[in-house]
Amino acid sequence: MTERSSTWVTTPPSARPWPLGVADDAARIDIIGLTKRFLTPKGEPFTAIQDVTLAVEPGQFCAIVGPTGCGKSTTLAQVSGLDKPSSGSVQVGGHIVDGITNGVSYMFQADALFPWKSVLQNVLVGPVLLGTPKKQAESLAKDWLRRVGLSGFEDRYPHQLSGGMRKRVALAAALINNPRILLMDEPFGALDVQTNAIMQTELLGLREELRPSVLFITHDLDEAVALSDRVVIMTSGPGTVKDIFDIDLPRPRGDVPTLRHEQRFIELQTQIWESLRDEVPRAYERTAGVAA
Amino acid sequence: MSAMVQQGTGMTSVDTARAELMPVQPESELQASARRARTRSIIWVWVGRAAVAVFVIGGWQLFTQLKWVDSFFYGQPTKIWDSLVTLFTEGTAFGSIWDQLWVTVQEALLGFLFGSIAGVIAGILLGSNRYLSNVFSPYIKILNSIPRIVLGSIFIVAFGLGIFPKILLAGVLVFFAVFFNAFQGVREVDQNLVANVRVLGASPFQVARHVTIPSAMTWIIASLHTAFGFAIIGALVAEVLGAQKGIGLIISQSQGRFDPNTVFACMAIMAVFTLGAEYLITLLERSVLKWRPPVRSEAQSI
Repeated sequence: MTERSSTWVTTPPSARPWPLGVADDAARIDIIGLTKRFLTPKGEPFTAIQDVTLAVEPGQFCAIVGPTGCGKSTTLAQVSGLDKPSSGSVQVGGHIVDGITNGVSYMFQADALFPWKSVLQNVLVGPVLLGTPKKQAESLAKDWLRRVGLSGFEDRYPHQLSGGMRKRVALAAALINNPRILLMDEPFGALDVQTNAIMQTELLGLREELRPSVLFITHDLDEAVALSDRVVIMTSGPGTVKDIFDIDLPRPRGDVPTLRHEQRFIELQTQIWESLRDEVPRAYERTAGVAA
Repeated sequence: MSAMVQQGTGMTSVDTARAELMPVQPESELQASARRARTRSIIWVWVGRAAVAVFVIGGWQLFTQLKWVDSFFYGQPTKIWDSLVTLFTEGTAFGSIWDQLWVTVQEALLGFLFGSIAGVIAGILLGSNRYLSNVFSPYIKILNSIPRIVLGSIFIVAFGLGIFPKILLAGVLVFFAVFFNAFQGVREVDQNLVANVRVLGASPFQVARHVTIPSAMTWIIASLHTAFGFAIIGALVAEVLGAQKGIGLIISQSQGRFDPNTVFACMAIMAVFTLGAEYLITLLERSVLKWRPPVRSEAQSI
């Protein structure tokens, strides 16, 4: 894996005007007093998140951890501009988000791949939507498939790939536009433990190169600590920020499974778990209460 | 195998059998045997098909021959064959059979074309716009509840005996079959995919081009099989109601002359045409949906 990452250093032809590997101020995310209410099917208002305030520095990797239903995904949808806040605001690079945010890529837990497009076609959707000429988009997509280790699979359809390979395609498709901001909603949640670890290491390597600001939702504390610079703990009902931890593990971090045995990693992990521990049963009790 | 077992004097029969099985078959031989099995199953399907035809047509012939069933009302296969021959050699009262067939085919194909295009456009528009679909849904339901064959009479009164009212009736029948499928197909689009391309900066038009239409295509193509049947029904029924040319006209004339054999002969002609068209639709389906995992449900192969 580390051998391959050295070949990634070659700068790809970029679809975006800003330089690679340099995080500029435009990649800064400021979430200020964000509140989002929905109407339930019965017509009652439901507050998903309340007064969430949180900042992601340019190029920072920020993980959001919290029990089910604490509004993690809702927060991400506001940052991307797919959804509008009920009150408060999201600013990206100092501009209030209104409509789809520029330079954002989204990665979902379920694969958002086009089942009717080949692997290559799937990856080149991003540049094509930006108006990149077909030839150029194709060579860019091939380059990205090589980076995620899928050379030779260009003509396959997603259903012919394994779960981990589909994730690599999704990762290439999300990174090909060199996004300023990468939003990831439990992207590796559905993978088996080994594939998960490989994908995490791969993500770390690719991130070192592009340096987008990342908002990463996960329920896996190990994953959050291993990958991020900052871990945000959210509580549920309604979703609010409970704690923010800075992760001072040195970068580049290399191999994720090895990292897990380091002293500092275990300290941080324990510390964050203390904060999260009370939340999990509370959230569980509430959902169990609803079901009963 | 049994011959081998008998030859193996020193070994028990189980050992011999195992020794026989042990050597791994070479790849080419495996392939050849798989191919043979496939050919065999195809042959059996055709044998079954032929048996059904012989049973039905033979039974029909037998029962009418034995006068258990009156061939005056129900026709007889041999007589149907005779009238088929007559239709193709002597033609009809209104010109050659090819002329009539061409008129009906034209009506059915044009009705199919316009009906399915309109159905796809309306289905995608209403499927992707909740406001439009809420406004139009009661009217769609009302229109759908009209016995559409009755519209044929209205069209003929309004537009005369030419081919236009036939195309219109066939088109209306096709429209609803395709519309509901296209509508449902759009509604079933994976919202993650839509969100994904929207974040990547797709305009509403690009969302339709890259996500909605290809995704609804599975549903639309599935409806084309039924829709084509409706196109034929529409064209024939409108011709029976009033026409100057066409297979439907031959049918209604034969009905007036108490000639069931010619009616059945016309049905046979349309059946051949429909089978051909159905084959073309299947080819289209295969090329458009070649990305799909092989045979998801057996129902699709019927």
